[in-house]
Amino acid sequence: MPKDQPIVDTSPKVSDEVRKTTCYMCACRCGINVHMKDGKVAYIEGNKDHPVNQGVLCAKGSAGIMQVNAPSRLKAPLKRVGPRGSGEFEKITWEEALTIATDWLAPLRKTNPEKLAFFTGRDQSQSFTSFWAQGFGTPNYAAHGGFCSVNMAAAGIYTMGGAFWEFGQPDWDRTKMFMLFGVAEDHDSNPIKIGLGKLKARGAKVYGVNPIRSGYNAIADEWIGITPGTDGLFILSLVHELMKAGKIDLDYLARLTNAPVMVNGDEKSPEFGLFLRDKNGKPQVIDRKTGKLAAFDKKGVQPDLGGTIRKAGITYRTVFQLMADKYLDPQYAPEAVADKVGIPARRIQHIASELARVAFDEAIEIDQPWTDFRGETHDKMIGRPVAFHAMRGISAHANGFQTCRALHVLQIILGSVEVPGGFRFKPPYPKPPEAHPKPHCGAKPDCALDGPHLGFVHGPDDLLLKEDGSPARIDKAFTWENPMSAHGLMHMVISNAHAGDPYKIDTLFMYMANMSWNSSMNTGGVHQMLTDTDENGDYVIPRIIYSDAYSSEMVAYADLILPDTTYLERHDCISLLDRPICEADGVADAIRWPVIEPDRDVRGFQSTLCDLGARLGLPGFVNDDGSQKYADYADYITNHQRRPGVGPLAGWRMNEDGPTGGGRGDVNPDQIDKYIENGGFWIEHVPDEAQFYKPWNQAYQDWAVSKGLFDSPQPYIFSLYVEPMRKFQLAAEGHGDRQPPDHLRERIGKTMDPLPIWYSNEDDNKADEFPITALTQRPMAMYHSWGTQNAWLRQIHGQNPLFVPTKIWEENGFAEGDWARVTSPHGEITVPVAHMAALNENTVWTWNAIGKRKGAWALDENAPEATKGFLLNHLIHELLPPKGDGLRWSNSDPITGQAAWFDLKVRIAKADPPSESLPALPPIKSPVGQGPKNLTWKVGK
Amino acid sequence: MTQLPTSTEKKLGLVIDLDTCVGCHACVVSCKGWNTENYGAPLSDQDAYGSAPVGTFLNRVHSYEIQPDQGPAQLIHFPKSCLHCEDAPCVTVCPTGASYKRVEDGIVLVNESDCIGCGLCAWACPYGARELDQAEGVMKKCTLCVDRIYNENLPEEDRQPACVRTCPAGARHFGDFSDPDSNVSKLTAERGGMDLMPDQGTKPVNKYLPPRPKDTWEDIDILAPLLEPVAENAGGLLGWLDKTLEKL
Repeated sequence: MPKDQPIVDTSPKVSDEVRKTTCYMCACRCGINVHMKDGKVAYIEGNKDHPVNQGVLCAKGSAGIMQVNAPSRLKAPLKRVGPRGSGEFEKITWEEALTIATDWLAPLRKTNPEKLAFFTGRDQSQSFTSFWAQGFGTPNYAAHGGFCSVNMAAAGIYTMGGAFWEFGQPDWDRTKMFMLFGVAEDHDSNPIKIGLGKLKARGAKVYGVNPIRSGYNAIADEWIGITPGTDGLFILSLVHELMKAGKIDLDYLARLTNAPVMVNGDEKSPEFGLFLRDKNGKPQVIDRKTGKLAAFDKKGVQPDLGGTIRKAGITYRTVFQLMADKYLDPQYAPEAVADKVGIPARRIQHIASELARVAFDEAIEIDQPWTDFRGETHDKMIGRPVAFHAMRGISAHANGFQTCRALHVLQIILGSVEVPGGFRFKPPYPKPPEAHPKPHCGAKPDCALDGPHLGFVHGPDDLLLKEDGSPARIDKAFTWENPMSAHGLMHMVISNAHAGDPYKIDTLFMYMANMSWNSSMNTGGVHQMLTDTDENGDYVIPRIIYSDAYSSEMVAYADLILPDTTYLERHDCISLLDRPICEADGVADAIRWPVIEPDRDVRGFQSTLCDLGARLGLPGFVNDDGSQKYADYADYITNHQRRPGVGPLAGWRMNEDGPTGGGRGDVNPDQIDKYIENGGFWIEHVPDEAQFYKPWNQAYQDWAVSKGLFDSPQPYIFSLYVEPMRKFQLAAEGHGDRQPPDHLRERIGKTMDPLPIWYSNEDDNKADEFPITALTQRPMAMYHSWGTQNAWLRQIHGQNPLFVPTKIWEENGFAEGDWARVTSPHGEITVPVAHMAALNENTVWTWNAIGKRKGAWALDENAPEATKGFLLNHLIHELLPPKGDGLRWSNSDPITGQAAWFDLKVRIAKADPPSESLPALPPIKSPVGQGPKNLTWKVGK
Repeated sequence: MTQLPTSTEKKLGLVIDLDTCVGCHACVVSCKGWNTENYGAPLSDQDAYGSAPVGTFLNRVHSYEIQPDQGPAQLIHFPKSCLHCEDAPCVTVCPTGASYKRVEDGIVLVNESDCIGCGLCAWACPYGARELDQAEGVMKKCTLCVDRIYNENLPEEDRQPACVRTCPAGARHFGDFSDPDSNVSKLTAERGGMDLMPDQGTKPVNKYLPPRPKDTWEDIDILAPLLEPVAENAGGLLGWLDKTLEKL
């Protein structure tokens, strides 16, 4: 080293201590190492041992330090003193806040618990919050799934007992061809990037199906810039080509799916389209060995895909034959769909042939014997190395459920689910819909609800209707309007509560959901609904309680604020009872724990519910003597048992010999400490013989029972044909006692096809007048509204122009710096535009939730997020444009109620630049003041 | 004027894989976090919650659209930080000797105590890889995490730059380019690693792996036999099914 070269300390002390917990900068739930100096957070990095992120961490996760110090953090409980929407509050004590809440809620519980609507947004503790709501007795509980991706989740569970993300993942280590349909890039964030990195490192091909070529689609080897909302038609065209060419896995279909199940083919029968079942209720197949009927799961049965049988005057044919009838129809031929989907027929054929080639000519074999549920042992595991992933892009359409179903049918006919190289479930999935609870609505004064709120319906009898046939829930979930609404419809709650349709409520209690801004359709309308008064001058929605950690737009519209902590100041559990973090080859759960203590008068929301639950005397929250059962959420996490031996956390439960590795066991008072010692999580690996074929694999089923995932083995076959959907169609055709209202019969008949179909939503959204689709995407470096308060992340995404494709750009003579008026059937916005060539030619888009209301999030009122940022939400109504029949048609999937965000149709024209994006809403008063001017953040000396 | 060493013992640097980078900014923020807390002055942010927030970053991701002659437009995510050039003009232009290139590993650093914040080095750098910190008035740049890669307080596996350790897609690689058998040398050879703006004569150490060819499907019949129809309708498919199953 030259003598004048400075000496650098290359081994400085990194931190005093590393505390390992779980990230909450988005929904991905990665493990993080929080480096501490002098008791403060100095640096955050990924935890290398953690199953979700394996050491890596995204931009959001690394910016956590700026979330924990954000000036937007609420500081104390607040009581509204100005009019709703003004942001005028006074600080109160927790005792005052909890007394107010108790005084409001206790009388509702005593008289009519349905008067409370409790909806919890992006909650990661739904098994706990739903337990609280069940104890309260209201039927009106759900989280945000209905406005997020319930189509994906419900279609997956009804079809194959699990879906993407938390339910399963591509076999990143073995797949040779990966097709990615539209995703929100936090679903899930780091695992997809890790997986894409693995594919790229070994040169496996990535196909991106997305109207927008950003992010993951930017690195796709083949980009298919599909017309939004037509994914289902494209997929069914692939199904058509593969079936026509016989490129389908016949053995897989016969043994592991309901393709060979016999279906009633008599149009006059009240059971037309239902399965032939034996006296035990088991679906019947024809055994190729005997030519006779047999239960599908009979030992040694060889189900026949092509059988026909006539019994008691009724002809039964297999599901497979119905599929052949449907999908070989020329309407699905590439030439017939090419114009609608915006993909040349030759290219559709090319993709189908690639799928066929990789699935069958490049099949994988693993020398691992396994035994199936019929008792037959196989000496190998055969893999079809084509894998798929999809999320909101195909899901947030009114045809999303059937589109997601179509994708699963494509995976299944290729034999690529739960096999090496294909798609793999993550424990506790696979789990058939029958193993999930049915929804419950039995509410009585002073009583707990009669069961879980949400679940899976199997026919009209399971709908949540009152005796007069009206909806039992405020969001109209599980009604004829959307029978299979497994996650509820949070996006309809405020609108329905305001309209008193189906009934009026008293208190709206929400957690972590920015419903007066980016999480609602029709944002301006929601402001009116939240502030509207009746003839007495009282608010139409009388009381609103809200819990959030930050000064979000929603805060201003609540009457009582219960301030939550940040994610580094709290206990949480990422539970197997809830939305787990497992891997395909391991069962896992995790905790958060207070790596720092709050420096404000705030409390973790779940701990607040423990206190409030006790004050209200809710079952499960009080001891026999009426005293508070759980001192706080940590106490609940440790001591609550949902079933004997099964609690929120599965790791280190107790047996006679002390703490177990994990699974079933008694309460361990030191359980949370054990998690902290282990880096914040617990994982146990799936045995080798149980790694694949999980729904049918005896070794997996037995292992799952031993870990407490099920109480008994639950083998099942995949549902290419979803029989419960046919039951709703039968009702619409006039069969059965429970009948839909006449105005819904036609739609139920059309949409509830038990085999996947595609239908256009264009007419409902007036595409003839509004020919351009407008979409949003969530950037990888920003999680909905949370990111903007973050001083580092807002420098990456501080503005969100409307991206316009070349054709529309040129038609309008746009230049950089121009603004456009964007009009939908519902409203109008005026916003900045930017050119993007790598974009479907009839699609415009912007980043989601960058636009902010002035006064929120402790930002300056002139922040670009408030002056140039904008929301598309102003253009989207929670109802479809009126059809002239006087009815309120929800802008949601008619099967699940999923919010159809991506059906938005607009037209666009150049506009004179306004001084700021329109509509410009007046500022709200910040209850936390404004952030500091400059930051020179360094914790260590 | 400051002298560059005639040679360095190692050439430490990065390989950045443009075929794999999804543009997520993980490297940008991880860098910001580490270097705010570590080497030299914190990376400050001005108007952090205001109308024109602007802070110091040592690594940024830019995105460029390209329109090939054939096929649809493409979007390239391009992370950029100091390339630790062998002929680093930012060093030779420095009037105080604050900017220097280390003899032992070739890392280009700024000795903040000697930096007068004149900005000549940022002007000389053709890549725009240096940023003057507005709070401290000194020049900041990528240190290749010189306080991580040798840091005995870190586990050995973590002794790599923060951006490399955090990159979720594995698009960033760290190593010694003077060793032909190093991971970075091999990747550069296998994937045609490129210099950024070689015409500038700076001999950058960091290399970029170019995107692989995209949208290469062709409208030819090479795969046609795979889709040879076995049936035109449902009846035909069942006939095929019978024949196929008989053979099994």
